[in-house]
Amino acid sequence: MRLALKYFASLREALGPGEALDWTPDGEPSAAALRAWLRTRSDAHALALAPGRAVRVAIDQVLADESAPLRDGAEVAFFPPVTGG
Amino acid sequence: MTGRVRIQEADFDVGTELAALQGARTDVGAMASFVGCVRGNTPAEAVSALALEHYPGMTERAIEAMLVEAEARFGVLAALVIHRVGRLLPGDRIVLVAVAASHRRDAFQACEFLMDYLKTHAPFWKKETTPQGERWVDARVADDAALARWGLASGNAAPGGADDGR
Repeated sequence: MRLALKYFASLREALGPGEALDWTPDGEPSAAALRAWLRTRSDAHALALAPGRAVRVAIDQVLADESAPLRDGAEVAFFPPVTGG
Repeated sequence: MTGRVRIQEADFDVGTELAALQGARTDVGAMASFVGCVRGNTPAEAVSALALEHYPGMTERAIEAMLVEAEARFGVLAALVIHRVGRLLPGDRIVLVAVAASHRRDAFQACEFLMDYLKTHAPFWKKETTPQGERWVDARVADDAALARWGLASGNAAPGGADDGR
């Protein structure tokens, strides 16, 4: 499936702004599965997206649970907890 | 209502914005506003600058959804959110939330609700410059607790994965 992957804040600094990604999920495509797959890409990914790290996800620009399913063409963003205001 | 969510680098004038929010309407009996500013110090260290990053598109969408929610809960006649991004200095204004209502209670409550919601759900990130270098600001559990008072759960500051604390 094709996804628009985005990173923000500390994740963007560690991993870049993101990219158009072709991903073949091994099972049900969810944000959690994508995060786990991304961890295998490099040491930097493994660290930034480690299971214990506070990482939030938005699917198509709406905050989502990691368990939420992904559809082909979705925009998936990973970022740290928000700190605006 | 168009232009009621504005993300911009430029400063804003509170008086001008409040006057525009009221406009020519005569049903407004109360306007409440909140202005957030850059603090030049934290309990631990001096802050010489703040860099604010956001998620273009999602930011506007998220705040618009918050305004819709505020309108559903309170008697809101008009509302405005301006949030600055980019490099800011101590004393600079960061955010304006302004609400016009018939009565003060709705105006106060909607304004506070919007700020509590924005702090935990709008995709902004602050990076501070201190004598020790740059560092990303940590989310605060107290901000999640503030939103919980309105009956909305938030796990923004929770440790671990995105589904923690929800």
